[in-house]
Amino acid sequence: MVKIHERKFVSADPEKCVGCQVCEYICSMTKGKAFNPLKSRIRVVRMNQLVNLAVTCRLCEDPPCVAACPRDALTQSEETGLIQVDEDKCNGCGWCIEACDYGAIMLHPEDKVVYVCDLCKEQGEPQCVKWCPEEALELVTSDVLAQKARITAVKKLFQEAMKEKK
Amino acid sequence: MYGYAGRILHVDLTTGKTHVEPLNEEYAKKYIGGIGLGMRLWLDNSKPGVEPFSPDNPLVLATGPISGSVWPTGGNGHAFVSKSPQSYGVGEAKSHGSFGTELKRAGYDAVIVTGKAEKLVYVWIDDDSVQILDASHLTGKTPADTEDTIREELGDYYIRVAAIGPAGEKLARIACIINDKTRAAGRTGLGAVMGSKNLKAIAARGTRDIMAAKPDEFMEYVKEFHERMKGPATQKYRALGTPENILVHNSLSCMPTRNYNNSRFESAEKVSGENLNERFVAKIIGCSSCAMRCEHMCVVGEGPYKGTMTRMEYETLWAMGPYCGVDRLDAIIKGMDLCNCYGIDAISAGVIAGFAMDCYEKGILTQEDLSGLDARFGNAEAMVKLIEMMGKREGIGDILADGVKVAGEKIGKGAEKLGQHIKGVEVTGYDLRCLKTAALGFAVSFRGADHNRHGAYAFDVKGKVNRLVAEKGRGKLVKDMEDVYNLIDSFIVCKFSRGTYYKELEDMTKLYTLVTGIEMTPEELKKAGERINNVARLFNIREGLTRKDDTLPYKVMHQPITDEGPSKGAYVSQEELDLLLDDYYASRGWTREGIPTIEKLKELGMDDLIPIVEAKL
Repeated sequence: MVKIHERKFVSADPEKCVGCQVCEYICSMTKGKAFNPLKSRIRVVRMNQLVNLAVTCRLCEDPPCVAACPRDALTQSEETGLIQVDEDKCNGCGWCIEACDYGAIMLHPEDKVVYVCDLCKEQGEPQCVKWCPEEALELVTSDVLAQKARITAVKKLFQEAMKEKK
Repeated sequence: MYGYAGRILHVDLTTGKTHVEPLNEEYAKKYIGGIGLGMRLWLDNSKPGVEPFSPDNPLVLATGPISGSVWPTGGNGHAFVSKSPQSYGVGEAKSHGSFGTELKRAGYDAVIVTGKAEKLVYVWIDDDSVQILDASHLTGKTPADTEDTIREELGDYYIRVAAIGPAGEKLARIACIINDKTRAAGRTGLGAVMGSKNLKAIAARGTRDIMAAKPDEFMEYVKEFHERMKGPATQKYRALGTPENILVHNSLSCMPTRNYNNSRFESAEKVSGENLNERFVAKIIGCSSCAMRCEHMCVVGEGPYKGTMTRMEYETLWAMGPYCGVDRLDAIIKGMDLCNCYGIDAISAGVIAGFAMDCYEKGILTQEDLSGLDARFGNAEAMVKLIEMMGKREGIGDILADGVKVAGEKIGKGAEKLGQHIKGVEVTGYDLRCLKTAALGFAVSFRGADHNRHGAYAFDVKGKVNRLVAEKGRGKLVKDMEDVYNLIDSFIVCKFSRGTYYKELEDMTKLYTLVTGIEMTPEELKKAGERINNVARLFNIREGLTRKDDTLPYKVMHQPITDEGPSKGAYVSQEELDLLLDDYYASRGWTREGIPTIEKLKELGMDDLIPIVEAKL
């Protein structure tokens, strides 16, 4: 069983994300040879012009989507932490969609089963991360995110301390 | 079809009926999409001499063959075309953001809106379902509020909306159409055409796949352009953005200041792109599918306009800043935000404010006429107030909201000469007295005063020609640039990305074929660009415009530059203008009157439009 701090998922840096939706196009192209954000496993939210963020599956520990599925169609891979959808069992009821706090699970408009980010396991690496023109997307562990937050916080403190000296 | 949706939607607001017709494939190849296809469809669906505010004046909304794809800067564009209430000729304006991509996914290359609704409505395009819905509750709302309200009531956050503001409802001839809150199809007054139809907004949701004909090669090409977009060709737009021009133009003494009374601004440093970025730019964001991102979002952090947030570009900054003698960026940002709220073209609004200030300083308008405003050049609050009055059509704003041409005629007493416009459309931030290639480009631009129909200023500003001299050869320079710009606006790609097409026509041809699967050669594409310019000319000729309309603003021809420096004494004489026009018409294969010959139209495969010129030759 993989440890939580080794589990990698795609995360967008709010400072860098500009809301351009390239990730959505790349995802739908990778998965279905067509451009269609409705079929993307990562979606962009623009709250206003300053607040942009791409959101996708965070590979939660003890994922609520798996717990919510009444048909046991969703499981979490012990090896990678990926959410796996058994398309024969899924009937598109949407309990998992409701359970996910991030809106990362969606109902496929044609296949009528749910789909979720699988880190492009066929391609070997997440294509959205590879293509993001702003380098705002990263494949990270929560540990790395925490490290980054700490470094940012310390930098900020340091800057303010420097200002006070002046 | 690949790339194209293959369908055109007709909406008749008088009868409430809609129908879909297939896209004529010959038109697709000949007129590409965007403004090219839009102008052709307008001609086909209108009668000569139609009044701009008549229900019979179609409002055409067109996407391009690459709209809806991931093509950097190109996936997101849309264009509006109609008869302009400013020029009474071609009205066209493009916008980016995310509206065009949604409309394409809904399955339409173009939407042709005719008629007039009994009361205010909006059109809701939900794939194949098209509904005309009541918009009385949206009366007077800003485009941004309209967008939010529609998304909420239709219950989908990802619905995209293009809407007019209060000024469009009140038929202000400088009204624009805004999508994504800060993106405007700004010029030529098409928001007023929309208002004349009682059409508040068009909302779209599309669920269809957009496919490229050759997806793998296409993605390779996208990758290559992503790399190019990180390079020097787009550096300006990614860094300081177009406001970089303020100091550049000022140093060349080619920045019209105080309604063309000066060609440079002594306080340029205060309103420079450098200053704007340091003090106000909070984030730079991007349109759907863009790999470049240029939209400099500015926030005012203190003072009377605290909390104002909007996008800023050179043209709008120049118009509300130097052109009004205003050196306060917070007020300029406020002015820009008001333009977005009322839905008026911010270039025109700034130029009109400068015009009103000039009228005031020359005693043509009094403080009483201006509801007590002390509208001296440089009075930042007065500039903001004038824009508010235009947006509301209050006081003098009621006259000003129709643009400097109409306002000048109504005010009289010499105000006609103070209104700087071409074909009724307000000037933009290039002093044409000392940029003579640009002067030609502006004079012949089919949508009136405009830098974006040719980009001919680049020859002057970059020193590739002697900018102070009018000479033969400029005609071909302008013509070639126009033809490329026509393609850019028909594909529709963003003009800020034009430098990434290293091999221009060859690159564009490759893109077109990879997306659409339609075989095309660079020569054919070049011809399409020329054809689009000719269809625009035929539009204007059919609506009564002539060589006389290919002219320059009064001050450009009668008031030489007085500022010390390289441009001192410069202006454009009638002889120079005639020389430039003759040279341009000759390079286009048009008559001395500027009418395309029958041979030229045959050469371009436009035989069916020959009747427009027959009686005039």
